[in-house]
Amino acid sequence: MFNNGIVQPLWYNGPSPGQFYNFPGYANNGNMKQCHETNNSDSTRSTAMITTGSSVLGIKFDQGVLIAADTLVSYGSLSRFQNIDRIFKINDNIIMGGGGDFADIQSIMRSIDQKMIEDQCYADNIAMRPKALATWMTRVLYNRRSRMNPLFIDVVIGGIDENNEPYLANVDLRGRAFSDYVVSTGFARHLALPLVREKKPADRDFTLEEASELIRQCMEVLYYRDTKNSSQYTVGVCKVKDSTSNQCDVEGPFQVDEKWSFAKMVKGY
Amino acid sequence: MNPFGIQEYPDYPISGAMRYEFSPYESNGGSIVGIAGDDFAVIAGDTRLSSGYNIHSSTQSKLFQLAPLTVLASTGCWCDTLSLIGLMKVRLQMYENTHLKVMTTDAVAQLLSITMYNRRFFPYYVSNILAGIDKEGKGVIYSYDPIGHCERTTYRAGGTAGPLLQPVLDSQIGFKNMDSTETQMPKLTKERAVSIASDTFISATERDIYTGDSVLINIITKDGVEVKQMKLRKD
Repeated sequence: MFNNGIVQPLWYNGPSPGQFYNFPGYANNGNMKQCHETNNSDSTRSTAMITTGSSVLGIKFDQGVLIAADTLVSYGSLSRFQNIDRIFKINDNIIMGGGGDFADIQSIMRSIDQKMIEDQCYADNIAMRPKALATWMTRVLYNRRSRMNPLFIDVVIGGIDENNEPYLANVDLRGRAFSDYVVSTGFARHLALPLVREKKPADRDFTLEEASELIRQCMEVLYYRDTKNSSQYTVGVCKVKDSTSNQCDVEGPFQVDEKWSFAKMVKGY
Repeated sequence: MNPFGIQEYPDYPISGAMRYEFSPYESNGGSIVGIAGDDFAVIAGDTRLSSGYNIHSSTQSKLFQLAPLTVLASTGCWCDTLSLIGLMKVRLQMYENTHLKVMTTDAVAQLLSITMYNRRFFPYYVSNILAGIDKEGKGVIYSYDPIGHCERTTYRAGGTAGPLLQPVLDSQIGFKNMDSTETQMPKLTKERAVSIASDTFISATERDIYTGDSVLINIITKDGVEVKQMKLRKD
């Protein structure tokens, strides 16, 4: 406590006795006029997204999964990088679509690639399954958000799980994960999800043809209605080929069939 | 407005502009109900997972079977729920490996309480209801607040429609504020508990936008867990 006759504080980076203490993890208490972010150590750090990817849409069908995303990465309102593949083949069982901050996607892809290389080095013919990767991502993203330093991403992970069962999941920046027959991120949540849910037959899964047609329609709607989407997109396919192997590729780029002929009829603005 | 609903502003202050800090929490909706009887416990939860006005999934169960006779229902922030359930499963496994026996429901209740209190200064934003059969064979439910305060009750409703459902349970199961000298209050049977739980969810679905799609009901007796599912309104 005393060091050379000088009183040392009993703790650092903690509550100051008699002062109001801002617990970590809570927004600035009621002070709506505050315009910049501060924390207890008086540093300003931005958690905003900078270069972003827009929507990702995943659809599960009877033999596998399809995940589609456009090839645009935006810088605010600027369409900065127009030919970027946002769908990744992770291994023979898994494909992943990345939305949100693209730098964070690339960062997590680096970790995932290292994981897959490690897997290959075991040389045991066992490749990671999508559910395992989704669970790992959930944990990583949850721990980052718990340190108030999130990876600002919203990903769709899909593939063929054990027993040749298709698997499709969505994990977001807070580590909120779930699995369903259709998942999406960004604007596709508003525009594409209702379209797909409406077409879902009540008693069976989609077929590959139905799922592909839905992807084509949804990408078209997203191009027309989302300002941060472009007309070019890629589609990741992961389907069961036979009992021991899968066909897992990223196909494309495809182009939305743009119909602007109605423009001639528009007058006045 | 980006997909996360967070306003994008430059780092320097702008007069009159509000800026939101990243919030680690998000309410993912949903409701849960637990009812305990003499030799059974009923725990029910809807299957809707949502964020704001979006529905992520209409088939996501909120009930997690931690042990053969113990089920935990957890709702609130889904990321915290997943993390808490993961932790509980690991701790129960460790107990079994050390003691060569399954944890009793009372022990699980205590474990859950201290696990949640460990995060006193950055809480798990979840409402929990733990249901099971205790070591005397009686049905029991424990309800929790976000920092682990644990209370053993006969019935409890939690989640977004908790405040809507709790009074219904007070009246139908607790017979609160009713003139009890006149009629003999019926004993709570398993069938009555299940029907009350179903009815409360039907009512909750009417008025709470975050509750709906379907409800999963787990009926726990000394013989195990029976699962029932009932459809609810999808709007």
